Amino acid sequence: MNMIDSVSAQEAYRDELVAAGLLIPTGVDGLYGRSGMFEEVVERFDALVTVWGGADGAEVMRFPPALNRKYFEESEYLKSFPHLAGTIHSFAGDERAHRSLLRRLEEGQDWTEDQVATDVVMTPAACYPVYPTVAARGPLPEEGRLIDVFSYCFRHEPSIDPARMQLFRMREYIRVGTPEQVMEFRETWLRRGREMMGSLGVPLDIDVANDPFFGRAGTMLSNNQRDQKLKFELLIPITSEEKPTACLSFNYHQDHFGHLWDIKTADGGVAHTACVGFGMERVALALFRHHGFDVARWPAPVRSVLWG
Amino acid sequence: MQRNLTPMDGGASNAGVVAFADPSDDALIEDIRAVLADCGGLAVEPARLAPEDDLYTAGLTSHGCVGLMLGLEERFDVEFPEKLLNRRTFESIAAIRDAVRGLLDGAAA
Repeated sequence: MNMIDSVSAQEAYRDELVAAGLLIPTGVDGLYGRSGMFEEVVERFDALVTVWGGADGAEVMRFPPALNRKYFEESEYLKSFPHLAGTIHSFAGDERAHRSLLRRLEEGQDWTEDQVATDVVMTPAACYPVYPTVAARGPLPEEGRLIDVFSYCFRHEPSIDPARMQLFRMREYIRVGTPEQVMEFRETWLRRGREMMGSLGVPLDIDVANDPFFGRAGTMLSNNQRDQKLKFELLIPITSEEKPTACLSFNYHQDHFGHLWDIKTADGGVAHTACVGFGMERVALALFRHHGFDVARWPAPVRSVLWG
Repeated sequence: MQRNLTPMDGGASNAGVVAFADPSDDALIEDIRAVLADCGGLAVEPARLAPEDDLYTAGLTSHGCVGLMLGLEERFDVEFPEKLLNRRTFESIAAIRDAVRGLLDGAAA
């Protein structure tokens, strides 16, 4: 499938989803409302994740889809993904500036020059608020920590592809501990992820992957990430067989976040971290693609996995 | 290539760059050690590393690798092509020397 074919396949599926009422367009590519049925699938899948991961006893944390700008700056996200970041700006001028803003707005000119950065940045991945939070508690206990998060995330990458939204939800489990604890966690979830998604009757594959790092430095980081097999993705075809969509990801950060936030293990070493992320919208889109738009007519085994 | 070795300006002002056209192995290695000390963020002193020592074992991280690449490009006035932007290129001082030597030879040819 060439580039034009793959874009038209994405556009066609987006249009089908909109026509079926599952996605509600807003006029911005990658920004959609969701119907009740779409949300029900997301909720049932969220519950399924808990069925597989809940017994591990993760500490639940729920953050709004934004984080402290200071944490964002410390995360070095801007080194790797400046093109994806979304910072929140607000008006901070006086009355004169306000009049100027309104005049510019009326004249169809750029009205944003008096907008200034607030202390809040959009969450780029659900786990970002977790690392500084864990760091602030001091050295890890012997058993390390396991955290459960669920958040809308923002990435500035407008696309016609319904599976590449600008605002989407990510459920994650995050393991913080010794290299052994963290690697064991990732191995467990690679196995569980395959079994869990297999139970949903969708074709899938797991493959080595890389993040979309920016620029030439990014090429190097991507190559290193692949060489070291730090990231795996569980792929399901949605609009293309040749380029299936990453629906789950399994990431080993080594001691990157441990160093950044000075997270120490019980024996004083630098903590390692890993996370498994579930792309909620992508999983829903894959299920709708493979089982149809009417959940009442999904295969009985899939319905029983999701609805019990 | 960013090198600027036209006959017109190949004089004294460019002496620093010209000197790299055929540096000895020892000179290259010393320069690489200097860049490592500035940009590598290693846990050990680069002067204590043998040319074949594994830099990742010595504490070179992925992000450290990026800083090292940029530092080498500035020092030797070269640009690493995409096919060299991987861990193997920067795994030891000797590997870096070979890569830089290849780029310098390529630029001089």
